[in-house]
Amino acid sequence: MNRTSAGVRTLQYIALVGFILFLGFPLLWLVSASIKSSQELAALDMSVLPRQFHWDNYAVALQKQGILRSALNSLIVALLSMVLVVVLSIPASYALARFKGKLRAVGVGWILVSQVFPVILIIIPLFVVLRNAHLVDTLVGLVLVYTTFTMPFALWMLQGFVAAIPNELEEAAAMDGASRFQTLRRIVFPLLMPGIVATAMFAFVAAWNEFFFALVLIQSPENYTLPVALKMFVGGEGKVALGPLAAGAVLATIPSLIVFSILQRRLTGGLLTGSVKG
Amino acid sequence: MTITSTVATSPADPLGSPRRTGSGRKNQQRREAIALVVPSLIPIIIFSVVPLLQGIWYAFTDATLRRNDTADFVGLDNFTRLAGDAFFWDSFRIGMVWAVSVTLIQLVASLGLALLLNSNLRFRSLTRLLALIPWAMPPVVVAIMWTMIYAPNGPLNHLLGVVGLPDDTNWLGDFDTALPAVIVVGVWVGMPQTTVTLLAGLQQIPAELMEAAAVDGASAWQRFRSVVLPSLRPVILSITSLNFIWNFNSFGLVYVMTEGGPGGKTMLPMLFTYLEAFKNRNLGYAAAMGVVLVVVVVLILAGFLRSQFRKEAS
Repeated sequence: MNRTSAGVRTLQYIALVGFILFLGFPLLWLVSASIKSSQELAALDMSVLPRQFHWDNYAVALQKQGILRSALNSLIVALLSMVLVVVLSIPASYALARFKGKLRAVGVGWILVSQVFPVILIIIPLFVVLRNAHLVDTLVGLVLVYTTFTMPFALWMLQGFVAAIPNELEEAAAMDGASRFQTLRRIVFPLLMPGIVATAMFAFVAAWNEFFFALVLIQSPENYTLPVALKMFVGGEGKVALGPLAAGAVLATIPSLIVFSILQRRLTGGLLTGSVKG
Repeated sequence: MTITSTVATSPADPLGSPRRTGSGRKNQQRREAIALVVPSLIPIIIFSVVPLLQGIWYAFTDATLRRNDTADFVGLDNFTRLAGDAFFWDSFRIGMVWAVSVTLIQLVASLGLALLLNSNLRFRSLTRLLALIPWAMPPVVVAIMWTMIYAPNGPLNHLLGVVGLPDDTNWLGDFDTALPAVIVVGVWVGMPQTTVTLLAGLQQIPAELMEAAAVDGASAWQRFRSVVLPSLRPVILSITSLNFIWNFNSFGLVYVMTEGGPGGKTMLPMLFTYLEAFKNRNLGYAAAMGVVLVVVVVLILAGFLRSQFRKEAS
């Protein structure tokens, strides 16, 4: 691909800069708003760097009662859901992709249908089911709900990745006498890693960001997740204080960013290169 | 085809496993499949299937959110009332415009970005980071951030003023701009997931295929058409179908930004249903709306997937 012409290269860079501006400008603005004083924000000074860094916004955001506590709640819920989703999805997605026939048809059908049903239709009966199990207003209940509602997509996504792994690899392993389990562990699992990583990232962030279920199912402030706490933060002020709100928003984004930066490298591994040679 | 590295550790004896008869093998395969699937089925049945059926039942009752309310069966009353509800069908049309535009723009933009990220350009890691951040942000926060940006005296209008364009548009408050404005936010927030998925798909395309095509003198466009797109098809199909559903069911983003306004111009069906259930407290009627929306979306999606699978088969 080194022969790409200069013209094409230029167009590629223009497109890339366009993407960077579109994706980056709102973020840059949010971060800069989080370190500006309210006077500077009101004056709509468009400079990215404030005249002086106004870290007070962060102090105000953190001191708001329960923001730290709810951040911890969010972290616990997101990590547990992520692990549960990945552990449950790997075997099921393999079965979906490799065993054709009725199972696949029913499975794929259900995955799509469950994605279509609006939460609005589910939330009230779900509340009753969880109340009977004494799981309303608990983090465990939230983890179970998030796992359930993240899994259909995780399955759909992962089975696409399984399907992309050449069957010949598994057949060759079976020929060599490897059991199904050995094949899964030694052949499928390593090749599936980019898909698993993408799925895990999805599960973590889905739980971390979720707002609607948490709002309905969690009642006591000590069990609030971060989005609910931020919403209360906004609502409680009456008039939104832009600076502290921006600071809280930046803080709420950090854990997901950390997970991304850890996991992202694995996405670029390109595991398929090298395992099959023509 | 020779297998290297990954299989090197597997048992060397090719005759080690006993050959099974055809039907015995089928049965064993079925047992294996069931064992693999069951663990994921349990939470889905308890927390998804059961509430779902109960929710559908509400559509045929006069259930409300009021205390001590008994849900009485009313047959198809809710649905006949819904058929003549112009506000509902208005909101349905807005929902289709929203879902189709966001999904299509998302796919095109994300595919472009994924291809750029998969080639050897500078700034790739910066772009990759930027492309992931929107995904990391809670929708509530995204909505608040864009509301600030779209504000009549916000940074967007300020930038437009600097380059000499009209700088007094009330993006979220104007009848003509409100829907396009929230569509842009929908694309912004959904791009990372689509890009990551497409990128992972791109990375699974064996480099040999691309090299072979390049050696055969295929141009970049030809390589894209004949190697990249066919290999990416299953991933594109999955992510597009799901994006459409998600966008159609999307709630929080637009609710926080406009609450369906101005004048109902951004009243997505989910907002409409939510307001009916929790503001007007008519649970049964809202459930009926949900059922109608689901049926229509399933029909659209079934049509789409059928045509795609037929193409695949031919």
